[in-house]
Amino acid sequence: MLDCTPKEIKERTSGGMINPAKTCQPIGAMYAALGIHGCLPHSHGSQGCCSYHRMHLTRHFRDPVMASTSSFTEGASVFGGGANLKTAIQNVFHLYKPEVIAVHTTCLTETIGDDVPSIIKTAEIPEGKLVIHTNTPSYVGSHVTGFSNMTKSMVSYLSASTVAEKKEQVNLIPGFVNPGDMREIKRLTESMGIEYLMFPDTSGVVDSPMTGEFEMYPEGGTTVAQLKDTGNSKVTIALGRFASSDAAELLTKKCRVPATVLKTPIGIKATDDFLMALRQSFTVEIPKELEIERGQLVDIMTDTHYHFHGKTVAIFGDPDIVAGVTEFVLSLGMKPIHVLTGTPGGTSNSLTGSFEDNIKAMMEGTGIEANIKSSGDLFTLHQWIKNQPVDLLIGTTYGKYIARAEDIPFVRMGFPILDRSVHSYLPVVGYRGALRVIEMISNALLDRADRDASDDDFELVM
Amino acid sequence: MAFSEKLLQEILDKYPSKVQKNRKKHIFIKNGELESQQIEANTRTIPGIITNRGCAYAGCKGVVLGPIKDMVHIVHGPIGCSYYAWGTRRNKAHSEDPTDNYINYCISTDMQESDIVFGGEKKLTKVIDEVMEIFNPKAITLSATCPVGLIGDDMGAVAKVAEEKYGVQVLSFSCEGYKGVSQSAGHHIANNILMEKVIGTSDLEKAPSKFPINLLGEYNIGGDGWEVERILEDIGYYVVSVMTGDGSYDDIKNAHVAELNLVQCHRSINYIAEMLEKKYGTPWLKVNFIGIQATVETLRNMALYFDDEELIKNTEAVIARELARIEPVIDQYKKICEGKKAFCFVGGSRGHHFQNLFAELGIETLLAGYEFAHRDDYEGREVIPTIKTDADSKNIPHYMPEADEKRFKLKISPERLEELKAKIPLGEYKGMRFDMEDGSIIVDDLNHFETEEFIKILKPDIFTSGIKDKYVIQKMGIPSKQLHSYDYSGPYAGFNGAVQFAKDISMGFASPTWNFITPPWKDQPLLEGKVTEEGVA
Repeated sequence: MLDCTPKEIKERTSGGMINPAKTCQPIGAMYAALGIHGCLPHSHGSQGCCSYHRMHLTRHFRDPVMASTSSFTEGASVFGGGANLKTAIQNVFHLYKPEVIAVHTTCLTETIGDDVPSIIKTAEIPEGKLVIHTNTPSYVGSHVTGFSNMTKSMVSYLSASTVAEKKEQVNLIPGFVNPGDMREIKRLTESMGIEYLMFPDTSGVVDSPMTGEFEMYPEGGTTVAQLKDTGNSKVTIALGRFASSDAAELLTKKCRVPATVLKTPIGIKATDDFLMALRQSFTVEIPKELEIERGQLVDIMTDTHYHFHGKTVAIFGDPDIVAGVTEFVLSLGMKPIHVLTGTPGGTSNSLTGSFEDNIKAMMEGTGIEANIKSSGDLFTLHQWIKNQPVDLLIGTTYGKYIARAEDIPFVRMGFPILDRSVHSYLPVVGYRGALRVIEMISNALLDRADRDASDDDFELVM
Repeated sequence: MAFSEKLLQEILDKYPSKVQKNRKKHIFIKNGELESQQIEANTRTIPGIITNRGCAYAGCKGVVLGPIKDMVHIVHGPIGCSYYAWGTRRNKAHSEDPTDNYINYCISTDMQESDIVFGGEKKLTKVIDEVMEIFNPKAITLSATCPVGLIGDDMGAVAKVAEEKYGVQVLSFSCEGYKGVSQSAGHHIANNILMEKVIGTSDLEKAPSKFPINLLGEYNIGGDGWEVERILEDIGYYVVSVMTGDGSYDDIKNAHVAELNLVQCHRSINYIAEMLEKKYGTPWLKVNFIGIQATVETLRNMALYFDDEELIKNTEAVIARELARIEPVIDQYKKICEGKKAFCFVGGSRGHHFQNLFAELGIETLLAGYEFAHRDDYEGREVIPTIKTDADSKNIPHYMPEADEKRFKLKISPERLEELKAKIPLGEYKGMRFDMEDGSIIVDDLNHFETEEFIKILKPDIFTSGIKDKYVIQKMGIPSKQLHSYDYSGPYAGFNGAVQFAKDISMGFASPTWNFITPPWKDQPLLEGKVTEEGVA
């Protein structure tokens, strides 16, 4: 497995990728758009983009992922895609009857410079229906950037400050996470007794129930009315700096809604931070039930610390997920010695912050000397591991090749997971999610210990 | 229920008028009394109509080039195109030397904004340098994505410089996603260059063994190619090369020494088959290893072509042995499948081929179609001269080599060829329509709207298609099987494949999971009582 990867690391300066740890913007925009109720994402580009994105999202969620395309030909690439987009808008409203079409661009339409807002302005849009758009040049950022851009466009197109006094409600921007995570973030907020608007919200869309009938627009998703109302909220809590801070920042500028940008609440510290932010913003006490959940989590952490303590880990994936997981494994006493994201790393003077600086800050005082990299690829990660082996690998499905090549226990986390199911239904966020992460990590480590134990050392109780 | 022109019109009436006019030409109901029925195919999908189609890049790099295991495939473009074609098609590959197998690698120039503005040629050159330093492969392919053609990067020039620098072949494929109207354009682009630059470049003049064949249009999805090779080698054939499943650059260079070319997927590879005939005088045979009878017939056709007593004897022995082994097993599954109705919509050839397997299990195919086929795949090759070129197809280069003066050799006499053509599909493909029952529906580029409409009316028991509509169909309570990726099972080709397919399809019907869709409370009232003369008791 991966036998062409040498151990010796030679610096690569081309900027090319070998076994990438990111994909391109449009898929993130498509996913975010699915989080609007009654929305059909539309890919303004060649058919292949739309097909590939639908394929990948469908494989991750194992649920229908509907989206349309401008079906570019060579002619459209030369003369511009205005006619294609206008025809598409007309046909989509006639045939598929969405409330909203959310257009995102592709490298093709960005390169030829299609002016999407102008095209939309001259398109035939039925009364009461909406077309929004976002620019997602595939040659900038990653799929996380695309998610962020579409989320930001929801604000720029829809959010409005229409009341004199802000409402006692919080905007929750969950970031590029699974519907199971979105449900958990909402549950935590509900148990605090706080009104909320979550956007985008793909729960109920890409985890829709089997009823014997196909619904093109399932019940889930943030409604247009709710998106408009986000401008009236008292505060925004953006979870995941890379996926959510831009939309939060724009809400502040456009509608004077102050924003708190936090890590994706994976693990105990990040969940504490999230609940503390809600507590301070709304002056409500953390309810007993959440305190019990936290206590249960700490109970398990302390009870089983000897399964984890000192074990070395390699973590890769999207920057927000990797940040949360890294912080949590540190809380468990593990040593994350290789930490990598494929997404470009951000800058330290922005709301996003710098990925590498953020991870370095977590390592302070731990004595761990870690390899930390943004804009990295899995070829690099594999070489790091060949030189400094680890006890555990955490990342997306693409990690399975490295896990097999180096015979490392492997925990699947993040996007995409193409070879296992159920993951998108159950959370990794919150205290409950942290328990699940512990279960996944300990199962991987202990199954391995069982496998490797000699008959003499094979134990009933561990 | 039987489908009628009236029902079809009712579906079409729901379209906007322009769309209706277009889609009408892509659908017909088979009527065997008519000598021919024309379909429109390989034309543009209307924007906004939710199609399953992909792009030229997907057809070129994703389908044809990707499976060649011992070349490094570099994708020049932003990251996504390379990423999505990485390990997603299940084209399995095995190498004796694992350090010469790049099938699990994904290499992209990851173009950034500055590359779009200032050009990406320098970056591509550097990536090639790194690939040579790290992997030192015997050959490289470069595949273009949309922006490459738009900004005018000259990949061919970069490839040429790299070839001179490293002394290995660096092949450049201009398969930008906007070319043509589907993956099909990419197949053609890939075919042209493999023929022009790779096939016949070795010094080999004669195959090292008797009955040498090439297996064309077999991509080894789920191990299909391995099952076919097992059978062929068992009989005594020598497989020179497979294009391109588990394909090898070294083998493809030798393809000229084969004495017969087998064409499995007509759509994606018929160009190479034709070109091989022109250049080396090697006839091609349309084969089909999907389905037991189809496999048997194919093996007998091959034996007839080579007309060797020993080979014919071996063929019959293998057929007898395999049938005795698998027929009792298949019969078990047939009991579960008998009487069921299917829709079969796949890419280029499987939409046709898999109907054989369905028929063998007692399943009737009510509707079938292709995602990216041409008219000949529906109507047969005799319509090829009548296919009009349009603005989209004109842009795809049509390469046709001259006969190779040194190596051109008739493999059989012209008289014998004519005699055989009357008996077996040599250089011939009759298309999907030929094999379908009267009253069945044929749809080109089936879209989401039509999928829903046809399901509502015809209520199939199973729908074989791809990942994008799999869960749409299953939400309706109908089992759906991916025939692009076989739902991660396989092989489905050959004798063992038929058994695996029967098992998997039966599983779709037999699974108890479908029984839980309606919750018990939907069938049972909350309050139970009886109505008396005085009212509710």
